[in-house]
Amino acid sequence: MAFKHFILVCGGTGCESSKSDEIYKELKAQAEAQGVANEVQIVKTGCFGFCEKGPIVKILPTESFYVEVKPEDAKELIAEHIIKGREVQRLLYKDARQKERVKTTDIEFYQKQFRIVLRNCSVIDPENINEYIARDGYMALEKVLFSMKPEDVINELKISGLRGRGGAGFPTWRKWDFTRQVPSEQKYVVCNADEGDPGAYMDRSTIEGDPHSVIEAMTICGYTIGATKGFVYIRAEYPLAIERLKTAINQAHEYGLLGQNILGSNFSFDIEIRLGAGAFVCGEETALLHSIEGDRGMPTPRPPFPAIKGLWGKPTVINNVETWANIPVIINKGGAWFASIGTETSKGTKVFALTGKINNSGLVEVPMGTTLREIIFDIGGGIKGGKKFLGAQTGGPSGGIITEEFLDTPIDYESLTALGSMMGSGGLIVMDEDDCPVDVSKFYMEFCVDESCGKCAPCRIGTVQIHNILDKITKGNGTMLDLENLEKIGHAMKRAALCGLGQTAPNPTLSTLKRFRKVYEEHINDKLCRSGKCKDLVVYSINKEKCIGCGLCARKCPVNCISGDKTQKYTIDTSKCIKCGECFKACKFNAVIKK
Amino acid sequence: MAVAQIEFSKEFESFINAWKDKPGNLIMILHKIQEEFSYIPREAAERLSHDLNLPLAKIYGVITFYHLFKTTKPGKYRLAICMGTACYLKGGQDLINEAESILGIKGHEVTEDGMFSIDAVRCLGCCGLAPVLMVGNEVYGKLTKDDMADIIAKYKAIG
Repeated sequence: MAFKHFILVCGGTGCESSKSDEIYKELKAQAEAQGVANEVQIVKTGCFGFCEKGPIVKILPTESFYVEVKPEDAKELIAEHIIKGREVQRLLYKDARQKERVKTTDIEFYQKQFRIVLRNCSVIDPENINEYIARDGYMALEKVLFSMKPEDVINELKISGLRGRGGAGFPTWRKWDFTRQVPSEQKYVVCNADEGDPGAYMDRSTIEGDPHSVIEAMTICGYTIGATKGFVYIRAEYPLAIERLKTAINQAHEYGLLGQNILGSNFSFDIEIRLGAGAFVCGEETALLHSIEGDRGMPTPRPPFPAIKGLWGKPTVINNVETWANIPVIINKGGAWFASIGTETSKGTKVFALTGKINNSGLVEVPMGTTLREIIFDIGGGIKGGKKFLGAQTGGPSGGIITEEFLDTPIDYESLTALGSMMGSGGLIVMDEDDCPVDVSKFYMEFCVDESCGKCAPCRIGTVQIHNILDKITKGNGTMLDLENLEKIGHAMKRAALCGLGQTAPNPTLSTLKRFRKVYEEHINDKLCRSGKCKDLVVYSINKEKCIGCGLCARKCPVNCISGDKTQKYTIDTSKCIKCGECFKACKFNAVIKK
Repeated sequence: MAVAQIEFSKEFESFINAWKDKPGNLIMILHKIQEEFSYIPREAAERLSHDLNLPLAKIYGVITFYHLFKTTKPGKYRLAICMGTACYLKGGQDLINEAESILGIKGHEVTEDGMFSIDAVRCLGCCGLAPVLMVGNEVYGKLTKDDMADIIAKYKAIG
């Protein structure tokens, strides 16, 4: 039976939150009710990436891209599109440029993207192993098991130039080769899916949309290094990803792709899931391994590296989800193909979670070497509400801010580090003129204070000290000496902290201090926060010439500190004002002034 | 030490038995306890200490290290307000302030009737919907603080 139409419904967490599961069920029910169930196949896929416009429904073969669909739209989609062959105009995505219907491939958001890691996300049903297999799934595993020696796999990875996508960018082949060469009866393969960077969700979407790619890659690694056991360490906050991973592992077992004698070879491999419990430091590899062991997730000094002495003291390869998802493609298409994409030092693509004050929030995968300007303004559609761009944070609480003048730098591991930031796992947060660099630094430092495991003094004490100083500055009590101290403490932490968390925690502060020193100085010397985020520095008042006396501000004020009438105009009693900004937002005549 | 009296369900007993001898089982078992009781009661930790032959201090060491594990009972409806970066920039803190002022509780407190508690949580990973609030498995996205009263009222009505 051949289907005439295919309906793909996004089943990523973002869209599921907006009831995409109901849409899926309703489409099925409607197809049944309207008598076309035999003609249309309805599939729930992984994330489309265009989360801003979710829930997304795509219909093939016409490549119709429907956005912000609701369950009650299902009836019309089936009746109009499927039965009458007419697209439902009101739900079609309209490009900001062209103002008219665009095919999926022409949508600006997708044009500069190149999908390797997300190749199957939004294409296949992640809960059906057959769909993964139909897209060359497990072909790489078969190739490796029956026609490649472990050395060949390492060599292919070496040619590919693949580097760890968790942030640090260590060459993947090297890690594998270290572990391969250590003689040991037991070795382990670990997948780091403890995506703790706030504002990043690439790994979750990859597992939700294409869990088998991770399973296949880990199995290939097991064969290469001589391990029979793998663990996926995943955040407990990701229930959907955990469910899909469990389903995928079970299906792989049924098909003989995991377990004893895989595909009839004499290689055996199994994977277990272990849950994180909300500790950012567990993204650090030694801490993660201790957490799998059931202990407090505290890092240990390296060396010895996990590659030599890892989980339960055995040699362990640990890679991030995105790194794993690249591996089957490299084996299938060859290392040279992969190396042809990207820059001199950084090959392949990178997935970013583009969020913040951006028009097209979502998941984007671009070749290394793409510029931030292309990502933010072409793919991302620019800043929300036409506001002015302040900066973009890469690397989350470990990274730094990248300002306007550096937007044309081609992105790779080295260029971002040179800018005082880092690649990180792929969070890319866009800030506009309403955001304050000092406030954002404080936000990240508060996060690090909370997440510091407390084992080493530079991190435990340094994070608190920096936070206290930033807090002082945002409250208008800072001194110029504080800025010097921020730098001193920050550099000490970078040198002396035990693990990546502590060494990188000062980055957001140091980078904003470098790029926005003036803003810091204004906070200190002029008690001024132009963005209005630092509430203690903001004073609201009413311009009597502009005030027409409508009283809307007074009605909105939650503490009744605005008084006046039509003739006298209104005034704010600043001693009672809680600086919530409601009056500022309410006034239609720009009479409320924020200083 | 006498073993505290606490009822575990049959399913839970078999879960413990399946995991009992696996290395690194503690965190997985703690997750299961929290799933069952919505927090980790002292009695459950004591019983675990006996069953797994682990010092209670070690178990509490692990519980208190991880943010997800709770040692006090949360409200029936736990308002998990995301404070990931995207949500923070888009007003996550305003949502928390508003919820606190409506419910009259602060920090980790629970309302007197035991119905609500508020949790500022780590990134929920639906940054496209920022700012986000989660109650049980229901996610509310693209919120403003004005939406908060309706959401709370909805759960009050369900009771």
